[in-house]
Amino acid sequence: MTDLAGAPASDALPAGLRRVAIDPLSRVEGHGKVTLLVDEHNRVRQARLHIVEFRGFEKFIEGRPYWEVPVMVQRLCGICPVSHHLAASKALDHVVGAVPVTRSATLLRRLMHYGQVLQSHATHFFHLASPDLLFGFDSEVSRRNLMAVAETCPDVARQGVLLRKFGQEVIRATAGKRVHGTGSVPGGMNRHLSREDRALLHEGLPVMIDWAEEAVDLIARLHAEQPGLYTRFASVRSNLLSLVGMDGSLELYDGVIRARDATGRILLDGLSDQACLELLEEEVKPWTYLKFPYLKSLGPEQGWYRVGPLARIQNCDFIASARAEARRQAFLALGQGEPVHASLAYHWARMIELLHCLEMIAVLLADPALLAGDLMTAGERQRAGTGVIEAPRGTLIHHYEVGDDDLVTRCNLIVSTTHNNRAMNEAVCAVAREYLDGQTLTDGLLNHIEVAIRAYDPCLSCATHALGRMPLELTLVGPGGAVLDRLRRSAEGRIERPHAAPEAETAR
Amino acid sequence: MNPSASLKLPDGRRRLRLATTSLAGCFGCHMSFLDIDERLLMLIERVDFDRSPFTDFKKIGHCDIGLVEGGLCSVENVQVLREFRAHCRTLVAVGACAINGGLPAQRNHLDLGQILAEVYRERPGLAPGSAVPDDPELPLLLNRVHPIHEVVQVDYFLPGCPPSADAIWSFLNDLMDGRTPHLGHGLIRYD
Ligand code: SF4
Repeated sequence: MTDLAGAPASDALPAGLRRVAIDPLSRVEGHGKVTLLVDEHNRVRQARLHIVEFRGFEKFIEGRPYWEVPVMVQRLCGICPVSHHLAASKALDHVVGAVPVTRSATLLRRLMHYGQVLQSHATHFFHLASPDLLFGFDSEVSRRNLMAVAETCPDVARQGVLLRKFGQEVIRATAGKRVHGTGSVPGGMNRHLSREDRALLHEGLPVMIDWAEEAVDLIARLHAEQPGLYTRFASVRSNLLSLVGMDGSLELYDGVIRARDATGRILLDGLSDQACLELLEEEVKPWTYLKFPYLKSLGPEQGWYRVGPLARIQNCDFIASARAEARRQAFLALGQGEPVHASLAYHWARMIELLHCLEMIAVLLADPALLAGDLMTAGERQRAGTGVIEAPRGTLIHHYEVGDDDLVTRCNLIVSTTHNNRAMNEAVCAVAREYLDGQTLTDGLLNHIEVAIRAYDPCLSCATHALGRMPLELTLVGPGGAVLDRLRRSAEGRIERPHAAPEAETAR
Repeated sequence: MNPSASLKLPDGRRRLRLATTSLAGCFGCHMSFLDIDERLLMLIERVDFDRSPFTDFKKIGHCDIGLVEGGLCSVENVQVLREFRAHCRTLVAVGACAINGGLPAQRNHLDLGQILAEVYRERPGLAPGSAVPDDPELPLLLNRVHPIHEVVQVDYFLPGCPPSADAIWSFLNDLMDGRTPHLGHGLIRYD
C-alpha cells in the first residue's frame, strides 16, 4: 500500500506539520473540502478529504416498518437511488424469506439496475468530468463545465445527455419514476414492464450502443494522447474489492465477494454477501464524518482497498457481453500483467461498463418474463438480512434487523464512496506531492486535486448519509498547526485567500 | 459577477444567470433538473450558469435565479443559503427538503449527540477507540433540520421529491419569458 512518506497515519495533527485547505470542491456530487499537512521542508505528509455534513439516516430508519425502507433509503442519494432501493430490497428479501425472488422480479430488478449504472456513469463522465479531460486540467474556469462542452464538442455533449436520458428512461419504465421510484419491494417487484415501454427502449438501443462505443474510443484516445499523464496522475496502488458472478464474470446486481491485492493475486473469493460485514471493520477519524473501512484480516494499513469500475473490471475474469469484453482486453493490456492502478483509468473502466450495461439491457429486453410472470414470493421470516450490490461507484452494503412487530431495530449502511475513502485521500496526497510548490497554494494545484477526486466519482450525497457534505477549499497547515495559506477560487476564477491572517488559526 | 459569454440574446433580451446549490438534500432535485434532457441544450442558449455543482465557480455572483435543493442541517448550509439570498433576485425552494426539511428532518425528534455517539462509537464493526469526529474543519451541525424559509425570504416553492423535470422546465420558462410562474395541472406533486 502507498506509504505516506513515513508519516504515521495519525489522526490528531501530527507534531511539526502545517496545513493547507481547498473548499469548495466542485463538479462532484455534493461538496468537498481538502486539507494538506506539510512538514518544515514543505513536503506533503498527509492529505485529508473532509466530509462535513451529517444526515443520520442509519438512526432514523430504526423504528420504521421494514416495507417502507426501500423507498425511504433512496433519499440518501438522488444520483444512485435505484442502487439503494435494490440493496435494501435484497436485504429485506432475506427478512421475508424470499430468496431467491421470482425470475420475473430478478430480471426486472436487473434491468432497472443496468439503467441506474448507465445513467450515473453518463452523468459522471459527460456532465461532470469531461471538461477536464477535453480541455485540460488548467483550462479557463468559465469553460470547465458541460455548457462549454456543448459549445466546443456539441456531439459529445448531446450524446452524453441522451445516454443519460436513456438510462433514466429504463429506470422510469421499471421503477415508475426517474428519481425515487417504487418498483421494487421486499419479496419482489410490484410491476411488469409495459409493452409500450419495451418497444420504446428497444427502438432507442442501437444508436445508444454505438455512442457508448464512441465514448470508450474517446477516453482510450485521450489516454493514448498523453500516456504519461494518464498513467502517472494520482496513481495509487491498492487492493481491489467487488462482487463477481459465480462464474467469475463482471456482476453489478448480485454475486459473491472477491478481493485481489495490488499485484492481482486473489486475497479472498467466493464469499457469500451475507458474510460481507464480518470481513470488514471501519476506522473513524476526527476530521471527517466518512468512515474508513478495511479488511479486518489485514488491518487498517494493509487492508484498505478500492471499489468501483476500476476494481470491478479487473477483479472479474471476464465480461459476459462481447463488445465490453473486447474493450476490457484492450484496457488490461495497459497494465502489462498487473492491475492498472491509475486513478484516471477509472473513467475508461466506467465507459466500458456503460457499454456493458447497454448490451445487457438489449439481452434483457428480449426476455418475455419482463412482461408477465409471478412478481412476488415469500417464505419463512428471518430476523436480519444483508443486501450487497455493485452501485455505480462500487460495492454498496445494506444491513437490517427487523423485530416481530415489523419495525427495523438496526440499520447499517456502508456506501460505495466510503470504501474509496482511503484511496481518495491517497490520490490527493499523490497529486499534492507532485504539484505543491513551496508554501503557496496555486490554482493549478487546486484544479489537479479536484480532477483526482472526480476520477473516483465520489458521491458525497451517499457518503453523507451518516453526516457530512463539503464545499472544496484548500488549506495549508504548517508545523505547529498554524494555517499558512487558504485558497478558494473567486467568482472571476481568480484565486482568493478568504482568511488572510495565517497565524490566527490553529489546527488541533 | 462571474464572466459570461454574452449578455444579450439574439432577440435583444438579456441572458439570465442561474445558480443552483444542494444543501442537506440528496441531489435528486438536481438530477430531476438534468432530466429536462435535450432541453438542457436549449436552456444553455438562454441562460448562463453561475455557482452550481455543474460549474467550477466557487462563489456566487449576481444572479437572476437561485435554485436551492435541501434543507439546513449545518451552520455551513445556513451560510451558503444567506449568500444565495443576497445574490439572487429570485430564490426558489426546490423539493421537499428545502420546503419542509424532507426526510433528513426525521432526525428532529432524536437527540443529535446520541445519534452521533451511536453511529461513530457504538456500532458493531468499528475499530477500537473510535470517537465522534470533532475537527474544527467540520462545520457545526444544527440540532434540528430546518426548511429554508425559516432563515431567508423565499420567492417560490416547487414541491415534489423531486419536482418533475417538466415542472422545473415550465417554471424556468415562465421566469425566462418574464411571466409569473404558474404550474399547470399535473405538474404539482407532493411525493
Ligand atoms: S426533495 Fe427529495 S429529491 Fe429533492 S433533495 Fe430532498 S430527498 Fe432528494
